[in-house]
Parts: sequence; structure tokens; C-alpha cells
Amino acid sequence: MSILVGKETKVVVQGITGSAGSFHAKQCLAYGTQVVAGCTPGRGGETFEDKVPVFDTVAEAREKAGVNASLIFVPPPGAADALLEALDAGIELVVCITEGIPVIDMLKVRRVLEGLAGKQRLIGPNCPGIITPDQCKMGIMPGHIHRPGKIGVVSKSGTLTYEAVGQLTAAGVGQSTCVGIGGDPVAGMDFIDVLELFNKDPETDGVILIGEIGGGAEERAAEYIKREFKKPVAGFIAGTTAPPGKRMGHAGAIISGGLGTAAAKIEALESAGVRVAPNPSEMANTLLAMMKK
Amino acid sequence: MCCVFAQYQFAANGGVFVKIHEYQGKQIFAKYGVPIPKGYPAFTVDEAEAAAKKLIEETGSPVTVVKAQIHAGGRGKGGGVKVAKGGAADARALAEKILGMQLVTVQTGPEGQKVRRLYIEQGLEMVKELYLSVLVDREKRRIVVMASTEGGMDIEEVAHNTPEKILSIYVDPATGLMPFQARKLAFGLGLPQYGKETVGKFTKLLLALYECFVKDDCAMLEINPLCVLKNSDIVALDAKVTFDDNAEFRHKDWASLLDTNEEDPIELEAKHVGLNYVSLGGNVGCLVNGAGLAMATMDIIKVFGEKAGVSPANFLDVGGGANQEQVTKAFSMILKSPAVEAIFVNIFGGIMKCDVIANGVVAAAREIGLKVPLVVRLEGTNVELGRKILSESGLAITAATTMADGAEKVVAAVTAARKEGGK
Repeated sequence: MSILVGKETKVVVQGITGSAGSFHAKQCLAYGTQVVAGCTPGRGGETFEDKVPVFDTVAEAREKAGVNASLIFVPPPGAADALLEALDAGIELVVCITEGIPVIDMLKVRRVLEGLAGKQRLIGPNCPGIITPDQCKMGIMPGHIHRPGKIGVVSKSGTLTYEAVGQLTAAGVGQSTCVGIGGDPVAGMDFIDVLELFNKDPETDGVILIGEIGGGAEERAAEYIKREFKKPVAGFIAGTTAPPGKRMGHAGAIISGGLGTAAAKIEALESAGVRVAPNPSEMANTLLAMMKK
Repeated sequence: MCCVFAQYQFAANGGVFVKIHEYQGKQIFAKYGVPIPKGYPAFTVDEAEAAAKKLIEETGSPVTVVKAQIHAGGRGKGGGVKVAKGGAADARALAEKILGMQLVTVQTGPEGQKVRRLYIEQGLEMVKELYLSVLVDREKRRIVVMASTEGGMDIEEVAHNTPEKILSIYVDPATGLMPFQARKLAFGLGLPQYGKETVGKFTKLLLALYECFVKDDCAMLEINPLCVLKNSDIVALDAKVTFDDNAEFRHKDWASLLDTNEEDPIELEAKHVGLNYVSLGGNVGCLVNGAGLAMATMDIIKVFGEKAGVSPANFLDVGGGANQEQVTKAFSMILKSPAVEAIFVNIFGGIMKCDVIANGVVAAAREIGLKVPLVVRLEGTNVELGRKILSESGLAITAATTMADGAEKVVAAVTAARKEGGK
């Protein structure tokens, strides 16, 4: 099943009756994702698109529809609550699309996740979600640009992930699984969590890793790659030209002192054997050139 | 340790989160029970004199401090903080000097910032200056409290030169900050030498500060210096407070704390319509969806345009949820910017639908007029519809297939337009 999601993934959409939730639940259904339940407190008993039952609680959705994954579109004021509800219900994979969750709320969610010791996972928030092409799309990415194949993509940036996928597909190369981990300072899975899964996945032959300025996640990923990762990795770091101290959309994308600059990240990745694309239009070509050897 | 500290610098000196003035921060501190000196804000010289008079009556001491209120740090060194020893008349004379001055500090840049507000505070005799801050450590995913005996200094320098002089404790969100952790810092700072009660006073102050951080959704709280007084009281002599703007929805009062004089007017205008805009000083206006793609677009323009002196004029992320009205507004802002010599629209639609972008671009161009070359690259959700809207609009648009293609074309367009203008 590649990593994390596949044909057997059964999804509940939290916030399915909201505008973003309903639009993207429809898109996921159309892609072939098993969206088997929705959850909106107080709207239990309704049916979405004439086929998906809506429940009041995630626990009920799990019990009655057998869901093992949740896709969250709940707006920021209720988002952390929705995340914790999904974790409390025992959902194994929680994907949160919501942008703009206060960091204080995410600190609590992280604390709960740490207690779960990897048995339950969170992707996001503030991310495009995850897709295993032709099997399961849990997120907001345009499905039609993907093709099944053997390249994994892991990225902090949503639209840059599409960019990488678009380049791969145009080059006739498909993807195993694409994971958008989001750019928030306090979030769920990071680069290393996803790379560990790609490392073990027989369906993945190579990886594109897309980072951006701010924080130290790329540097840590570089250390991990040097130490353990067995497959070729091409990278790209957005924000080479960003001025220090300015927030570039993602709360995490801020250059802080000497740390978290694009130059430092590129150097760390290259010293780990990652080939960093000279510009964002060359992400796929850079990886494919490595793999031809 | 110095590296650990470096990652926090953004909070201290960036235009990053919702910032407020020292006197506003102190009013918030007071609400939570963090001890502060007596003081009053003043917007005029008369108000400053009246405030000084009032303070002298209340405290019985003739000493007051006149403090410039601007968002940047380093005010003291820049000449924005002066002690008035000669009573209210002296405070008035100092206020006359400081109010209206263009205050240049290490954080304002060479142009400085005009002083429009003052804070008049009681003068205090202190025996020790400390440093104290609370912020989020994104690597450890914990709130961290940092303290140092080296108060009143440039803390980044302290972190760099003597990292062992910075003490940190991490807070478990399940328990919140515990008194034993605060005591640990108090003993670590050597507070008992300034009086037995100092440990209890510091603990109380820090617990109040932590409550303020959590309840008011702060991004950073910094007190430099935190002062131990002769009578062993501990007070916050400064207050640097920034909020996490993601939490604005539950803090309606933040809007009233905003000082628009301290903000970039274009960035403020963008914020009002829910857009993320950063001015960059170049000549290619950019409209992009997604922060990563927007940054990458800036990077690639620089790659192709550096030699020709072409660089991005702005960072503009319309995000995923923008409606047509917001896109129209965003494009209008770019069209109106006098420095813009060409525009690059780079969209890879996910949540954002290409037709929404196309309609917004066309609406803004019709309203304001398109006088510079426009290069558009559309991909993703509803791309065919978006392309159709653009091609039927009759606007002079150069279509690009990839972002590299778009960047090359927009650089070429600027160069060509310059040649034509030079003829």
C-alpha cells in the first residue's frame, strides 16, 4: 500500500458539512477514496451526497463505519478539539488541513501525540494532506496530476508538492505516496517520520524532499539521511531570497538568526548526499538524474 | 546553547507577530499580577509633565523616567529613554526632546522610527538587573522559560559569548509551569543573596507571567531588565509582548492595541482583506498561491533576473481560501505599486481554483488598467476554465508553461520594456 494510506483506508471527514469540508470530501470521493463517514456535531443522522452517513462524534463513526483515518477541515477555533477527538477515538491516521491553529493549542495536541508513542499519527496541520495515487487521496491536492509509481514526495509546502508531482508526471514518472507535512512550527509527523516509512517501503525507490526556511527540521532530516536512508533523495529549499525576520506565510517560514537559513539547510542536505535542485523547476530532473546512474 | 538561542531571535527582532508597545504590555502584566513600576502613557508634552507630577506626588521621589514608545528594541542606546532627576519640569524638557524625534535603534534600520507616544515611569533604585523571557521552542515543542543574571544587556550577545549564563526550563503542557521549576530558576539566578523573600516573589511573578503567556496566546514575553529593588521587590522594568496572530479570533481586544504607525501601510491593507503580503523592494509583482510556492517563485525570479537587475517586488500568498474579491484586491495592490515593471502570476491550484484567480486578475486589470507586461502560469484545479477566462478577456497576457518558463519570460519582459523606454 506504499505508506500510510491505500485502498483499504477508510476515512471520516470531520467538518464535512462546512464549505471546504464538503467541497473536498466530494473531490476525494470522486478520486476513489473510501470516504465512509462524516462528522459534524449536531448533524448526526444526515447523509452527505446521498451516500455518506454523518455522525455526531468520531467515536460513533469509528464504531459504525469502521473508519481508521480522519481528514479534518474544522476551522481554527475548534480544530485542536477536533484533532484530540480523533485521537481519543483511536483513529490511526489523522490528517489536518486547517490553517491558522494557535500554537498554544498545538502544544497540547503534540503532548497527547507523544503519549501515543507512534501508534497513532498526525499529518499537518496547515498542509495539503496525503495521497497514494489511484488508491487514496486524503487531502486537497489536485488528484489528476498524480500517477502511480515509485517516487515518494515529502514536503512542508502544499503548492510546491504539486509542482514536484507535476514535474514527475510530465517526465512519465509516477509517485508511491506524497505527504504534505505542513509548515507550522508545531505539527505532527516531520521529515524523519515520513522518511523512515519510505526507507522501509518496497514501493518507493527514491524521494523528493521539499523544505523551506525556518526551524531545524531539514537539518535533522539530513542527519538521518546520512545515517540510515538507503534510497536516492533530491531536495529543494524554498526561501533562498527571503529577507530575515519576515514571516513568509507559513508561521514556520522565518529566518531566525543564523539558523534555519536556506544556505544552512542546503549545505546540510548536500553533505548527506542529497542533490539539491538549483531551482524549483528542476526538482524531478534532479532526482531522475541521480537514479539513472 | 548559543545556537539554541539564535533560533529565538525572530521573536525578538522580526516584524513577525502582533506587536504592542511597552506600556500596553505592562498594562497586561498588571492584569495578571506581574509587578510593574508605576507609570502613565503620554501622547503630548503636557500629558508627559502631568504624568510626571502625578508620579512624584504618588511616590514621593522626584525621579521619573521618560521612555519613547516604539515597537523596536534598543531604545535606551538610541537615546529614547532618559532619566529626569529634576522633577516634572525636567521630565517635560526631556519629553520635548524625545517626542517627535526620529529614533534610530539597532532594530529600526537607519531610517529610524518616529516617536509618537511616551511612557512616564517612576524612577527606582535597583540592586540587580536580570533577564527573563517566555516563548515557544519549536524544536522541543514546548514553552521555554529563559532567565539570566545578565539583565539589561543585549541578550543575544550574552547567549553567544557566555551561553552558560542563560538558564532554561521547559514546560509540560499537561501540568503547566510548576512552582518548583520557577524556584529552580530563582536559586540558579542566585536570588537569595538579595533577600530571603526574593525566591517567593520571583516564583509568584513567573507563574503570573506564564499564565499571561498561555491565556493571552503570546508568541513571546520578554522582560529585560527584570529588576530586584532595594527592598527585595522584583519588578518588570521593561515589557516586550508579542501575540500569536493565529489566535486573533479569540482576542477581540488586540485590534485596539494595534498602532498603525508602526506597520507597513501596504502590508496592513493586505492584512485587512486577509492576504499575506510582504514588500521586498524589487520590480516584479508576484501573485502566488501557497507560501512555499510563493517563496520558490521569488527565488526563481532572482535566479533568472539577477544579472538583469530584476527581482521580486513582493511576496504575496493568496492562500487556498481566497475568494474572487480578495484576488481582485491582491492584483489591484500589485497594479498600483509604482515600482512594478512586470507581473508574474504563478498558480498551482489545489484548494484555490484557477478560475477564481483568472476572474480576479481580469476584474482588477479592467478596473485599474494593465500598463505593464503580465506573465501567467496556471496549473491544477479548474485550469482549463482559468485559461479560457484569461484568453477570452482580451488582456495582453503572456502564458507560461512552467515556473522556470514564467520566470524567464517575466525577466525578458522587463528587459524588453526597459529597452523600449530607453529608445
